[in-house]
Amino acid sequence: MSRFLMCALVMMLVTYLVRAIPFTVFRRKVRNRFFRSFLYYVPYAVLTAMTLPAALYATGSMAVAAVGLLAAAALAYRGKGLVVVSLAACAAAGLATCMIHLLG
Amino acid sequence: MTIEQTAETSRRREYREGLRHGFPIACGYFFVSFTFGILGASLGFRWWESTLISMTNLTSAGQIAGVKTIAAGGSMFELALSQFIINLRYSLMGISLSQNMSEDVNGSKRALLGFGITDEIYGVAASRKMPVTTVYFLGLMTLPYIGWSLGTLFGAILGDVLPATVTEVMSLAIYGMFIAIVVPAAKESRRVLFVVILAAAVSCLMYYMPVLKEVSVGFAIIVSAVAAAAVGAWLFPPEDGGACRE
Repeated sequence: MSRFLMCALVMMLVTYLVRAIPFTVFRRKVRNRFFRSFLYYVPYAVLTAMTLPAALYATGSMAVAAVGLLAAAALAYRGKGLVVVSLAACAAAGLATCMIHLLG
Repeated sequence: MTIEQTAETSRRREYREGLRHGFPIACGYFFVSFTFGILGASLGFRWWESTLISMTNLTSAGQIAGVKTIAAGGSMFELALSQFIINLRYSLMGISLSQNMSEDVNGSKRALLGFGITDEIYGVAASRKMPVTTVYFLGLMTLPYIGWSLGTLFGAILGDVLPATVTEVMSLAIYGMFIAIVVPAAKESRRVLFVVILAAAVSCLMYYMPVLKEVSVGFAIIVSAVAAAAVGAWLFPPEDGGACRE
């Protein structure tokens, strides 16, 4: 087998096992109060940690990214859905990029 | 309608709802994996190699680190270790998601669905108010999988026909999605708001602090999330113990 296929196989196996083993083995409902609340908070904590500060560096300019993220936050606060909020982030950042090009 | 027909209808409804919820993820994935395809091509990978990696891994940070390690001639051990550390957060998500799964999802179904645990799919499934069924989760992972694979294929073949500013702006889609999940929850509950602010603070600390910033991205996410969620659970265990997701 070529080196590439070996590497691809290693990546696939490690990634799959890390995902599937705890999900498959850990089936009982957690009764411990602390752990239950902990698991309740995890998704929000994970998504936030992935967004900040990484998202600020997702585009060439921090200002552009900030405009996109703020637009998304404003619409999410008003209860808009996933698609609308995501598209708004791109649209606002796109507009900000155009503005910068026009003014600069 | 017979009982079988009713069950069939509800399965279809669940699958369709999964598809609908997966659509924005798929759009975001298409753009992100498009840039992954471009990266792969620039590192010397053939179009089918990058696409194969996307179809078998379905994860952004791990794949990017993976192709960089392979291109740099790193050892198998280094490759396996980097994948393990960067993707370790999925173990945590698997346990968390486990709490929100419908009773009917048995071991072999979990072994299949486990492949689809990504940051975004997990985020949507774990914050669903109803228990997550097998068909809902399958529906939820369908379009993101297609988007992720096709995006890589297009990116690897088309290379950088699109100007960088366009792909960069598109890459915000995925963060928009995260925001759409977190903000309403933080608006509804001050405890969630507290955890979110804490997670952002720890994450920024790990990004900017001299020694801490050497920590890999995947590991930094785990540390920030575990710290924030643990402090939240310690200070404010919800009265219902998070039962609102059961």
